[in-house]
Amino acid sequence: VLHSTRLLHTSQQCSAPVPPLPEKGGEVRHGLIPEEFFQFLYPKTGVTGPYMLGTGLLLYLLSKEIYVVNHETVASACILAVIIYAVKKFGSDVAAFADKLNEEKVASALAVKNEAIKDLETAIEQEKKEQWRAEGHSFLFDAKRNNVAMLLETNYRERLMTVYSEVKKRLDYQVAMQNLKRQKEQDHMIQWVEKSVVQSITPQQQKESIAKCILDLKALSRSAQAAA
Amino acid sequence: GPLSEQRLMDVRLGHLPMWLAICDFSPQGLLGGVQKAWSSYYNKYINVKRGGPAGISMLLAGYCLLSYGWNYQHISKISFLVSM
Repeated sequence: VLHSTRLLHTSQQCSAPVPPLPEKGGEVRHGLIPEEFFQFLYPKTGVTGPYMLGTGLLLYLLSKEIYVVNHETVASACILAVIIYAVKKFGSDVAAFADKLNEEKVASALAVKNEAIKDLETAIEQEKKEQWRAEGHSFLFDAKRNNVAMLLETNYRERLMTVYSEVKKRLDYQVAMQNLKRQKEQDHMIQWVEKSVVQSITPQQQKESIAKCILDLKALSRSAQAAA
Repeated sequence: GPLSEQRLMDVRLGHLPMWLAICDFSPQGLLGGVQKAWSSYYNKYINVKRGGPAGISMLLAGYCLLSYGWNYQHISKISFLVSM
């Protein structure tokens, strides 16, 4: 059972960030003997102590034949001479080359890191821009709402107009119908009255009326003659 | 601190036998000691930014001495008859 509240790292060690390498290695004198040896002997024997120790040791080894001088000695002496000459002559060049390789590695890693940082920064910029755009959405929606309101208004007005025109058409029709009816009634009545009047004039009445007219005309002529 | 955790160079001369008695001589202990010694040598002389010839030259010198010590029996039998 894994307790989820237990800390996972129980020791103080932590690999990241890795501490940087030391600049120089431990001090070594003549390429073979660490400096600590000389410092160890310094309080008791001063500066020349280790050298005296070395010389004495060498003479002891040689005299007691613990170190045997044979063909290998000559060979090793020659090899040592060549090695020392090579190191002294080409050491700095090799070191510069190795340093250059290291520099290239570090520079490429740094370039990757900088690339990543730049990409993330551009991403941040774009995010901010998107946030700014999102703020503008409210204006967009207001405009859209206005558009929709305008459309609704226009539609409503159009429909109102249609209703008005339709009603007016119907009312005009009714008015025209009434006018027509009245006119027709009027005409018909006039005709009927004329017809009935004409019919009512019997021949007897016609003769009487003509005689009356003639009498009237005679009277009139007489009055006119009298006046004149 | 406790004696068992001190390194060889930090042990006082009087405490040396006790330190040797406490020391862990099992195979794992010896292997651990060898590993510790190598890692301390490596981190001091080889795993640095600007190392020199000292790192490997000391290893080579140690190898020379060790091989001389192993072959001493053979080397000490100088045959005078060959030179003649």
